[in-house]
Amino acid sequence: MVLLWTFIVLPAVAGAALCLVGRRADRPAPAVSVTAAALALGAAIAVAVLRPQTAVPFLPGADFGLAVDALSAVVVVTVAAVTLLVLLFATADIDDRPARFHGLMLLFAAAVGITATATTLPALLFSWEIMGATSFALIGYWWREPDRVSAGTTAFLTTRTADLGLYLAAGAALAGGSSLVLADLPGAADPWRDVVTAGILVAALGKAAQLPFSFWLSRAMEGPSPVSALLHSAAMVAMGGYLLLRIEPLLAATGWAATTTAWIGALTALALGAVAVAQSDLKQLLAASTSAQLGFVVLAAGVANVSGGVAQLVAHAATKALLFLVAGAWLTALGTKQLSALRGAARRWPVVGVAAAIGALSLAGVVPLSLWATKDDVLAAAREQSLALYLVGLAAAALSAAYAGKVLWIVWRDRPADAEAGYDTEQEGTRHVGVAEKISLVVLAGGAAVLGLLVWPPVGEALRRALGETAAPRPGVLELAISAVLAVVVVLAVARWPLPEPRWAARWLGLGPATQALVVRPVLQVAEALARFDDRVLDRAVDATGPGTVRAATVAAEVDDRGVDRAVQGVATGTRRLGGLVRRTQTGQLHEYYIQAAVVLGAGLVLLLVVLI
Amino acid sequence: MLSLIVFLPLAAALILAVLPAMPDRAARWSWLVVTVAELLLIGVLVAGYDTPPDGGLAFEERLRWIPSVNSSYHVGVDGLSLPLVALTAVVFTACAVYAIREDRRPRQQAALFLFLQSVSLGLFVAQDLILFFLFFDLSIVGMYFAIAGWGHGNAARSALKFFLYTFLGSLALLLGFIGLYLAADPHTFDIPELVAAAPLAGRPVVGGLVLAAILLGLAVKTPTVPFHTWLPPAHTDASAVGSAVLAAILLKMGTYGFVRIAMPVLPEAWQAWSWVILIVGIVSVLYGALVALAQSNVKRMIAYTSVNHMGYVVVAVGAAGILADDTAAARELAVVGAVTQMVSHGLITAALFLLAGVLYDRRETYEMGEFGGLADPAPRFATLFAIGGFASLGLPAFSGFIAEFQVFAGSIGATWVAALALPGILITAALFLRSAQKLLTGTVGGRAVGFPDLHLRETLPIAGLLVLALFIGVVPWPLLDLIAPGSAAVVELVSR
Repeated sequence: MVLLWTFIVLPAVAGAALCLVGRRADRPAPAVSVTAAALALGAAIAVAVLRPQTAVPFLPGADFGLAVDALSAVVVVTVAAVTLLVLLFATADIDDRPARFHGLMLLFAAAVGITATATTLPALLFSWEIMGATSFALIGYWWREPDRVSAGTTAFLTTRTADLGLYLAAGAALAGGSSLVLADLPGAADPWRDVVTAGILVAALGKAAQLPFSFWLSRAMEGPSPVSALLHSAAMVAMGGYLLLRIEPLLAATGWAATTTAWIGALTALALGAVAVAQSDLKQLLAASTSAQLGFVVLAAGVANVSGGVAQLVAHAATKALLFLVAGAWLTALGTKQLSALRGAARRWPVVGVAAAIGALSLAGVVPLSLWATKDDVLAAAREQSLALYLVGLAAAALSAAYAGKVLWIVWRDRPADAEAGYDTEQEGTRHVGVAEKISLVVLAGGAAVLGLLVWPPVGEALRRALGETAAPRPGVLELAISAVLAVVVVLAVARWPLPEPRWAARWLGLGPATQALVVRPVLQVAEALARFDDRVLDRAVDATGPGTVRAATVAAEVDDRGVDRAVQGVATGTRRLGGLVRRTQTGQLHEYYIQAAVVLGAGLVLLLVVLI
Repeated sequence: MLSLIVFLPLAAALILAVLPAMPDRAARWSWLVVTVAELLLIGVLVAGYDTPPDGGLAFEERLRWIPSVNSSYHVGVDGLSLPLVALTAVVFTACAVYAIREDRRPRQQAALFLFLQSVSLGLFVAQDLILFFLFFDLSIVGMYFAIAGWGHGNAARSALKFFLYTFLGSLALLLGFIGLYLAADPHTFDIPELVAAAPLAGRPVVGGLVLAAILLGLAVKTPTVPFHTWLPPAHTDASAVGSAVLAAILLKMGTYGFVRIAMPVLPEAWQAWSWVILIVGIVSVLYGALVALAQSNVKRMIAYTSVNHMGYVVVAVGAAGILADDTAAARELAVVGAVTQMVSHGLITAALFLLAGVLYDRRETYEMGEFGGLADPAPRFATLFAIGGFASLGLPAFSGFIAEFQVFAGSIGATWVAALALPGILITAALFLRSAQKLLTGTVGGRAVGFPDLHLRETLPIAGLLVLALFIGVVPWPLLDLIAPGSAAVVELVSR
């Protein structure tokens, strides 16, 4: 239990300290960060073996629960290892304010640790949104450039839109009589269980950059390459896929959710595969490929193949972290990430070039590298459910071979004589790749090559046993052969024929502009309109009551002066006149009194008659 | 003990008021000393607090006051009021530190804020409607002078608007209180006695009218849409410490009134009106957030986010009145969230208003467009503003998340309609990121050039408030354990 907390609190505290101390910590920051990440990796391996669980009081009726089971054991070790390697790479790559960079990365790593081990919804949401916030700060790391900061804003707001699903899910769980423990959610009453499922599904799709949320990942490429290597391959986006694997029983319990999940995964793999093929910027290509590859993880969750899904997640983490770091190394050294300018770049630093080749071949699904095996494992389960799903998945696999092949051939071509002319377009290149960078690349390349073992016996068998999936469908020889041949054929074909780069795909299906036009702009317009309404109608109405009251008071004063006071005066004058009249009757002569009495009596008689008749 | 806490600042205020020869420095420091003493006293109070059995009060005191109308000096605290008492002490201390260099009539300002502190503490411990009303109105008077005397821009007009609007609201409140007094048999203004009697049970029309009067008074003070238009000008033209106290403490008097008086005393009427309250809450959440999004003046923007944040409280208390099978636990969670939100908003918004005050101190404007790239010349300011913004948008690890998660989980658990308020947390996220982007990032330009970073007297109170928000966000259970029994009692009472 102490180890579990160490795994989370150590990077969190180290990260917060680095961020707060700021510039004065710039010098020790890389050492502190790599040490913390190494210790966290040690703790991660320990908890993966010991499987501790813990819960501390958090909210009324909902503890902050953390536990390591077979699924999270694999994920925590992967994430901790990639974190360490990326931070090692960054010690050489990031020289602008390293304390803030490493601090934020460690904070992010701590949040991922909680996400991967959370057993309750509050704990999950807690870390889920911290991942989002640190990703905002990391994408916008070079804050002097407004585009990069607004890319961070886009990422945070898009993923938070999806996160609302988790808030909804928590409420629906309570309404459905369930606790907020993740494992209890399938027991919620209908129709609340469907709401819970839909909420979590949306949140996961947002983080995993699946359709229709994928566009934020494109903007996120404005961030430093090590950020992409960790957040946009192994950790944050992968956590979206991981969450779906974690709630697979819930998806299966509702029925519709599993099918929906599977299809969204498959279609994302296909559509974003096409997007990746059309990219001319290496990082953009890798980003689209991340969405596509995570599509296979999402597909796995939908077809109840958790072991295959987590294997795909791990293999992709190593492969894609490797490729992002390669892109980062070239960007730092050559000042560009445009594919056209990177022609022959692999030949300049052979270590980097070979690592890039291994990553690209794994991504292409070439035998026997990792993603070939894991992808086929996922597809086998898909075929069991629906042939259409399998074929879409296979087509997506062919597309991954296409875009991976595209990268491979370009960077391994002969270097043109005027290569230098294409460099330094995005930043000033250093023409240098450091030892720390190379170490990271070599280790990750090893992972990208062999992690397919996660689906083969004996490791795969053990994993399936631990996850209770011994009866799961396995890829047959024919399927393995089809995908292996397909990958090789496509990669070779790409070398021969140029790939189409349709505009719709190059522009990420227009998802970003569509969101801008359909959501962002209308909301801003409504906001402006309401602000005008607030100022010009509501507030003015209130203000008008002020002068209105004063005017009413003036009128009242007028009435008081001219009306009431004059009436009072009038009464007084009238009374005085009446008094004068009455005085005239006081003559002192008896006969006049007599006449007056007779008149009064006569009047009284008339009045009496009138009243009676 | 409670009376000492309530009246110590008032006594200090009187002494400051009658000593015109006191040097400015001494006046400022004596203000700080008294607020720190209050903080310590309330620390002792919190340490010695045990949740009383059966929803009773702790540290209760009761003295004869106006026996002819059965109104007494009756004070006490429970899980609903103690967090707000503590919040009051914290926020006023932060203000005293922030104002330690104030050169505009510091002695009078110290006296005024000490007076306001007494009044605020008095309101949160009051257990008698007349006493409550007295403090409620005195807070309006005190804040009027704080805005008019130490504000800027159109301060006199804004102060007058604030005064007239909220004073009018307080009259509606008084009308409601008199209705309760007359309905109770025997007539009384004592809150626990009224709660026990629930005087207007079975009389829906009169009960509804009395509740409407009370709600109107509290809605103006909270404020909810459409009674909020006094808030933006009051904030914009008030001084930094004035705004901090107004937002952090005075707004809470409205929301506190819901859980202290309206819900437990008028359960039947509250249930009948809960849909209206819920919808007003949802509208406040969305409207406040959207209008805030459109602001270019950072202080007006924060002011509108207060409408949004108080909207969450209204959503929660509205949902708590919607009775259905098996939702008691969810409704309790919502009310715990509502009270947490009061504390959380107090801490975070006070910090943000102090930060906004720094902008005005240096550059005499709140327009975001006039700044850019502040992170370069003023990294401490930028860090704290970014943290404050993220805390305010409900980022986990800060108190706002604890509050809003409970409000939403509980309210949606009670009724799905509450989910309509969810976009509010997204819009607040958008507006804080936009403002941080405009103010802090990009190339240094406009009035950001040569902007002096925060001094210690500014860093300390702002960072202190945010550290507390962080503490509640990471270790929420000490606060929630305090609030939960009180909330459970309110939910039980309102379900009668």
